[in-house]
Amino acid sequence: MAGQDTTASVRVESLVKKFGKFTAVDRVSFATAPGEIFGFLGPNGAGKSTTIRILCGLLRPTSGKAVVAGFDVARQAEEVRQNIGYMSQKFSLYNTLKVVENLRFFAGMYSVPRDLADARIREAIAMAGLAGHEHDLTATLAGGWKQRLALGCSILHRPKVLFLDEPTSGVDPISRRQFWDLIHEMAGGGVTVFVSTHYMDEAEYCNRLALMNRGALVALGTPNELKRHLMKGALLLAKCEPLGPALEILQHNPAVVDAAVFGEALHVTVEDAAAATTSLPGYLAEHGVKCTRLEPIPPSLEDVFVQLTGRRIRAGEVTAS
Amino acid sequence: MARKELIQIRRDPRSLFIALIMPVMQMAMLGYGVSLDAKHIPLYVYDQEGSQESQALLKRFQASEYFDLVKTVDNYRELTAAVDSDRSKLAVVIPFDFSERLRDANQTNVQVIVDGTDDNTANLATDYARAVIGQFSVDFRTEWLRRQGLPVGGGGTVSIEPRTWFNEDLESRNFIIPGIVALVMALVGALLTSLTISREWERGTMEQLISTPITSQEVMFGKLIPYFAIGLVDAAMCVAIGVWWFDVPFRGTLTSLFATTSLFLIVILGIGFMISVAIKSQLGASQIALLVTLLPTMMLSGFAFPIDQMPPVIRAITYVVYSRYYVTILKAIFLKGVGVRALLAPVMAMAIYAVVIGWMATHAFKKTLD
Repeated sequence: MAGQDTTASVRVESLVKKFGKFTAVDRVSFATAPGEIFGFLGPNGAGKSTTIRILCGLLRPTSGKAVVAGFDVARQAEEVRQNIGYMSQKFSLYNTLKVVENLRFFAGMYSVPRDLADARIREAIAMAGLAGHEHDLTATLAGGWKQRLALGCSILHRPKVLFLDEPTSGVDPISRRQFWDLIHEMAGGGVTVFVSTHYMDEAEYCNRLALMNRGALVALGTPNELKRHLMKGALLLAKCEPLGPALEILQHNPAVVDAAVFGEALHVTVEDAAAATTSLPGYLAEHGVKCTRLEPIPPSLEDVFVQLTGRRIRAGEVTAS
Repeated sequence: MARKELIQIRRDPRSLFIALIMPVMQMAMLGYGVSLDAKHIPLYVYDQEGSQESQALLKRFQASEYFDLVKTVDNYRELTAAVDSDRSKLAVVIPFDFSERLRDANQTNVQVIVDGTDDNTANLATDYARAVIGQFSVDFRTEWLRRQGLPVGGGGTVSIEPRTWFNEDLESRNFIIPGIVALVMALVGALLTSLTISREWERGTMEQLISTPITSQEVMFGKLIPYFAIGLVDAAMCVAIGVWWFDVPFRGTLTSLFATTSLFLIVILGIGFMISVAIKSQLGASQIALLVTLLPTMMLSGFAFPIDQMPPVIRAITYVVYSRYYVTILKAIFLKGVGVRALLAPVMAMAIYAVVIGWMATHAFKKTLD
């Protein structure tokens, strides 16, 4: 087919989106393979949603190129739409419709052939665990159920690429877990799943992660790659009293690359873990800070992100893993 | 799309209210409220004479449907107090020499006190009173002459026959009801459609919707077909209320009514749709919808104020007010019973309007968030 590119399910080349003077997406490039779960990680306003909207053909890129399922999002938006499923950040099914009415409506919107629609609606209901609730008003469903229904609606036309924009925000942990099982199932069937999230544990489930900050892609790789290669030095967990002054004191120590608050403790990046564990307690004591615990820990994605950007992904909600 | 919209309308009490209850309320409110007729004017009488003749005159007032004789008083103070306190709109004072002067010189003087605060009612009340009194005096004179054995009509009686020119049947309702039908259609049609797209933007469902392969034309038709159907139902309801409740004659055909109403609906729904596309909040959209439909239809369509009495500049403006044509057509269909052919000019104007607005509306909606 003309203009089709089958090697990558999504290919993005120096994508830029500006709103007036504000650059929401700044020269982002990456490519995904079919069946891949591709995570977008970053704080609010990092450009995750904007990038996803461009890829869905909802926003026009200011410059750069994006090809989704073989079609250019700027020139072939309609073809793109036939091949993607999209779940926006805000729950966006019709609350006044019944579960099955929402499914029927979206089957119609995606022009699912009539003879296939009924079977697929049944499958979607089974997948979402909504059997027996087909005739409930959507408004009465709990958060996790709504999300699964929304996912069910967005895959009725069997899209090649699925875009999920923070699909699990505001959903309880068990429902999140169930939702991720569905995502894995979908990817197993060859669908490329794009997920944006700011839950660290969810990021670990992705095949590959793109870390975004202020519109730019700051790192790209598997969760392990990111943790291994991007962390400079080793990571120590430090429990200190009082915490505030301890942070400041540690940041001035030449052996410390970086220090940041994680929950009730500090994560301290050092060049040499063994040397630091012996020298730092004494150094802290000299400055009147008591150190109750100091030990090496494996870095989390949050540590990687903080080190790369100096920012938290989710202020106030992050604890050490 | 259309089916979803219908289900949503059915489950949304507010839409249902606007679609079905509001037309009835509007019809009732405006049908009663905007009547330019004065009937049952509260009347106070001070009969100073209390003769057979004066009582006969009072009977005439009582018999008239335009007056309700509230009270007969015996002093001026009570009379003026009644007018002052709005208990009476019109007070009649019959002088003590009423019958005498009536017989002698055919020169009676009846004092009529009118509450002039409501100019329109005051004028009508005076006219009606003059008519009642004039007729009484003519009848009395004729009767008196006949009894005297004198030739009737030879006495040089001058009869006054007041006529209310702007409303010969004294039924302004006949003219107003068709206008109200137009008003209700404009209001309901534009209000409902203006809400339909903006509601989806507000609730975030639009983002989901435009991520599907549905075309913008499909969105428009899906959105508007249900409202078009509702509009036709509303029109039928309004006309039914007009004919059976307000006794307005309907002399035209239903075909011409629905044909022209369809044109009008295309214009109104198109306008509502474009507002809805342009303004993404429900509140803003409904405000603008009221502004561009209710106001021109009220003021400039010839519904309340006759177009040919407007200053030339305003009259020129009315030519671009779409409802002007519909009001003209409706009045003609209701009262004159003419068909579409006789109304070629306004129907053509509406058709052109429908095509232009329809074209603009189909191009107004863009499937993008930019």
